[in-house]
Amino acid sequence: MSTDTVIIGCCGANLASLAFALQRLGCDAPISEDPERVRRASHVILPGVGAADAAMSRLDRAGFTELLPTLTQPVLGICLGMQLLFDASAEDEASCLGIIDGRVDALPQAPDLPVPHMGWNQLDIDAKTPLLRDIADGDYAYFVHSYAAAAGASTRATAEYGVTFSAVVEQDNFFGTQFHPERSASLGATLLANFLEL
Amino acid sequence: MQFRNHRVMGDILELAARYRDEGADELVFYDITASPDGRTVDRSWVNRVAGILDIPFCVAGGIRTVADAEEILNFGAEKISVNTPALENPDLIDRLVRRFGSQCVVIGIDSLEESGDYRVYQYTGDTERTEASGHRTLAWVREVQDRGAGEIVLNCMNRDGVRRGYDIEQLARVRAICGIPLIASGGAGEMSHFSEVFTRAQVDGALAASVFHSAAIPIPDLKNYLIEAGIRIRPPQARRPH
Repeated sequence: MSTDTVIIGCCGANLASLAFALQRLGCDAPISEDPERVRRASHVILPGVGAADAAMSRLDRAGFTELLPTLTQPVLGICLGMQLLFDASAEDEASCLGIIDGRVDALPQAPDLPVPHMGWNQLDIDAKTPLLRDIADGDYAYFVHSYAAAAGASTRATAEYGVTFSAVVEQDNFFGTQFHPERSASLGATLLANFLEL
Repeated sequence: MQFRNHRVMGDILELAARYRDEGADELVFYDITASPDGRTVDRSWVNRVAGILDIPFCVAGGIRTVADAEEILNFGAEKISVNTPALENPDLIDRLVRRFGSQCVVIGIDSLEESGDYRVYQYTGDTERTEASGHRTLAWVREVQDRGAGEIVLNCMNRDGVRRGYDIEQLARVRAICGIPLIASGGAGEMSHFSEVFTRAQVDGALAASVFHSAAIPIPDLKNYLIEAGIRIRPPQARRPH
């Protein structure tokens, strides 16, 4: 796929699996921590693992917190990267990018629901989005998280884990998946291909 | 899948691709050469595996430091699993969790039942060195959770390789005090053993090696069987070509 996709490299390890998933789609996406390089990209991916406040400080130090809300090309936040698109996170009361209205809360812990929520879970598709083309209601995606955003105006798909939470969000050119498309077998490959075609 | 480094890389990749295509939900690689003597090992195979897998995978064996874990995660593994080094130095768990987050840090526990009591064994990668660690299993399960581990793989040694079913009683007792994902290991021989461990011990996952390697239980058949039994799992799917 002939896009100029760039992966923002500030927010944690495990970028190799995402880069490989894109390579399997024919997309060689460089990993960059340079806001100027990211600004010029046709598509931007913001992956993230770890704690929200640490990720926000790293984005801030690298000069991304001002740039990201102004981007007009398609942007995809993955896992913590999606959570950072919201106003704030209950994780260490971190203030986030404020691109999507709403906040991210801790998943409730219950005896029969271990946290982190780690594993395959079904998507409940609520509204049309090009990101979910060829993906069916009830298909399984791979999740790893302890925090989640409640369903809101930007929600396109939800999943259920003690609570119903946003699994896919979309607002203008900003998209997010709480699950890991790079680890979600053919569903993930389909979603990433859909994103690259935007 | 368990291997030593001299095993041809092509074999590892071929097996990984086979399980990926059969619909395995996650793979665990036990790098048994990396274990007891603390030599530096070449882990570039992790990167080759990451290149072909689109499901999560975990690497176990010889992870003694934060730097070991970092190398494996940077090569594209989803998780690292630590067993004996966590028993020798429990603070390693805290340091791994602080650096990478709970979700990456799996603790492997080899537990042996001895007259109704469960004890943790160490150096189980080497049969000549295998010995009791001095920890009781339930206490160790509590401790690793308190230290922030994100998942426990409980290998019930009495059942390992026996193919007579998972140790339901032990797994249920651990489940009762385990608030993080619990994976059952040791004893799978028939499809009914899998449904039994999910329904009776409420585990989050079931791990098996020999029945899958030998194709005694094909993964798509097992998944269809479990779905029939009312267990919610990702169905086997026809894969699109990449």
